[in-house]
Amino acid sequence: MRAICLYLHIHQPLRYREYSIFDVGNDSNYYNDNFYGRQSNERIFKKVAKKSYYPMLRLLLDNMKKYPEFKVSFSITGTWLEQAEKWEPELIKLIREMVSLGQCEIVGETYYHSLAYFYNLDEFNDQVKMHAEAIKRIFGVKPKVFRNTEFAYNDSLARWAEAEGYEAILAEGWDKILDWRSPNHVYRPTGCKNLKLLLKNYRLSDDIAFRFSNRGWSEWPLTVPKYQKWLDDDCLRGNLINLFMDFETFGEHQWEDTGIFDFMNTLISSWLSEYENKFVTVSEAANLEHPVAEISMPDTVTWADTERDLSAWLSNSMQRSAMEQVYALREQILNTHDGKLISDWRYLTTSDHPYSMCTKYWNDGDVHAYFSAYASPYESFMYFMNVLRDIEYRIKK
Amino acid sequence: MMKILMLGWELPPHNSGGLGVACLNMARALSRQGAEIDFVVPYEAKHPEVNFMHILPATHLDPIYRYGNGAYETMRLLDKIIPTENHELISLRDVQESYCEFVDKYLKEYKPEVVHAHDWLTYEAGILAKKNYGIPLVAHVHATEFDRAGMHTGNPLIHEIEYEGLMLADKIIAVSESTKRIIHEKYHIPLNKIDVIYNSLDENYENSDYHFKDQTYGFLLKQKQEGYTIVSTVGRFTVQKGLQNLMRAAALAISKNPKLIFVFAGDGEERNELIELAADLGISKNVIFTGFIRGKKLRDIYSISDIFVMSSVSEPFGLTALEAAHHGDALILTKQSGVSEVIWSAMTYDFWDTQKLADEILSIAENPALKESLQSNIKNEYHTISWNEVAKKCLKVYNKIVKHKDY
Repeated sequence: MRAICLYLHIHQPLRYREYSIFDVGNDSNYYNDNFYGRQSNERIFKKVAKKSYYPMLRLLLDNMKKYPEFKVSFSITGTWLEQAEKWEPELIKLIREMVSLGQCEIVGETYYHSLAYFYNLDEFNDQVKMHAEAIKRIFGVKPKVFRNTEFAYNDSLARWAEAEGYEAILAEGWDKILDWRSPNHVYRPTGCKNLKLLLKNYRLSDDIAFRFSNRGWSEWPLTVPKYQKWLDDDCLRGNLINLFMDFETFGEHQWEDTGIFDFMNTLISSWLSEYENKFVTVSEAANLEHPVAEISMPDTVTWADTERDLSAWLSNSMQRSAMEQVYALREQILNTHDGKLISDWRYLTTSDHPYSMCTKYWNDGDVHAYFSAYASPYESFMYFMNVLRDIEYRIKK
Repeated sequence: MMKILMLGWELPPHNSGGLGVACLNMARALSRQGAEIDFVVPYEAKHPEVNFMHILPATHLDPIYRYGNGAYETMRLLDKIIPTENHELISLRDVQESYCEFVDKYLKEYKPEVVHAHDWLTYEAGILAKKNYGIPLVAHVHATEFDRAGMHTGNPLIHEIEYEGLMLADKIIAVSESTKRIIHEKYHIPLNKIDVIYNSLDENYENSDYHFKDQTYGFLLKQKQEGYTIVSTVGRFTVQKGLQNLMRAAALAISKNPKLIFVFAGDGEERNELIELAADLGISKNVIFTGFIRGKKLRDIYSISDIFVMSSVSEPFGLTALEAAHHGDALILTKQSGVSEVIWSAMTYDFWDTQKLADEILSIAENPALKESLQSNIKNEYHTISWNEVAKKCLKVYNKIVKHKDY
């Protein structure tokens, strides 16, 4: 049997607006920019819903109804769920239908899409618990597989996941770690007895997620027969192909006019037309075989950039000082028992915020700049610190 | 080897501003890449630094007369300082006329492949070369009359000359996208005729052996040690520079954080208004006027400052920002300045948005992480625009129009 494990990450941050120092102490509305503003969460969410969430969810649901063997796995952040419930509740209905069909598995993670694991373990545990509760409330299921924000993974996180009772954990299948080994197998994290490790097949994933519409790519245009040939070839290295990517690949990163939806639609039926081919969810994938070997990642590995480290989020002094100052407030914040204040503070832990302060490639104006809601990393930091100052003011009030 | 006739109005050390510096650096970089340059200036003087091109004096005037000698008083005053044989009044138009006559004479003998004219002062001579001798003309725009007039209507005669030069030029080089936009919008020149080539920092500025010593501004240094943040701006005190907005933003920022000092370095017709405004806003204690400064005194201001603000309403390029960057200041630039188009490691704002400017100043003053990021990133960035790149782009422009002539 040969299996594709299709896992899609669904997330939107709650962006802070261009919050001025002159608002501090006067106006604690950080997250509701006016509808046409650059940081309007409502406008952005509705736009992405139209371009990506609706068409792709419908495509996936249609295929599930057509092919009972077709399955997907989602990780859905709490900040996305809140916004969907508020502005596009139909999206949640679509996912709920998939879950009830038994063809969609939900993966566990932090509610706020944060890097809390690297700052404060109590906060991390709280956010994971909050997320699990939200998933239970909305979809009636309990996550069995864990993924950390940005795929930030190391051996100690694996031991944490095992202690929490997860069956498997997801990580990047990076060459520097794998060396000659293939990502197309189930592995065991070093130091764990039961936990399984699933690794992203980043070449075949990125062919779709990043290169699909790139006309400068020698393989453009990517057709289903060509891609399926690559899948067939790659199965020589193991029969499990882990295609892990952002949900927004479909319709937002790769626009509809690139043919991405037709490609996926055709790929699903074409893959399933061969009797030995299947789709599996993440926990099914983890149980496909016994772990073939141990894999150790003592240093944190993520799924970003060529470095595959945390440098896009936590390398420059603005990013570090912003995050340190946020987490330093935790005890004081929780002691207020003020629900609104606590959640306003927790929204600041979302990893998209330090990402928008990244200066690594800023001068080249590449992906970091393209996806930012702010005019520059410096401005993002400025508004963030102003928000934080108002939060400190509210604690003391 | 390409032969170029360059038309300019000044070269260091006989310059009053950035135009001469830009011309010298550009010509030097061009000659390094094999261009043979004859450079016409409207005066006669020695240029000890220049050995890579021929400098041709269009008149026998002393450099100080190159803008004419204007008012009677000045005339008499100048006569005392530099006695000359020519006691006649000369106007800028007279100088321009002699300049044209010289260029005409030159072209009867020599046939350059391209004429490259810098700013409106030399456009008439450029037009002459184009019309009478059929030599392709490049008009280089360092500033338009609209910039100099703070985006109001300027001198109609200058507008006319500027317009004719831009119309007749085979190619126009603008020092920024915003200058390109002004040329397009105000003079209706098609966009595809205008190429943008950004300026760079004076090569001598970087190579010189300047060392910061604290004695010039010891009192500022002391306040810095007491936790004050020094914010500076440098330039002519004129409407174009948007300094009143900067003063209002200063008052806003000081209302939140009194440990801020604003240094206004320069002079101009707005000086008294600015002093009065600072007093009206009640921030005189935090504002310092240095008067006109240059050389080491100016560099010391850059060195002692934490933040440099370019508040211009309109700024074709904005060389002072690169100088401040060289001395390690965090930069805040208006989006209306050309330099903000090429510099990424800076904060920006619209010239009228005093609250955002105050926000940015406060944020840098109060967050060491932001200040250090801006300061170290700009240090790595500012010299990525080099005069060699400028020269390469100029040569490309020349080649385009020379080729075009063959059809």
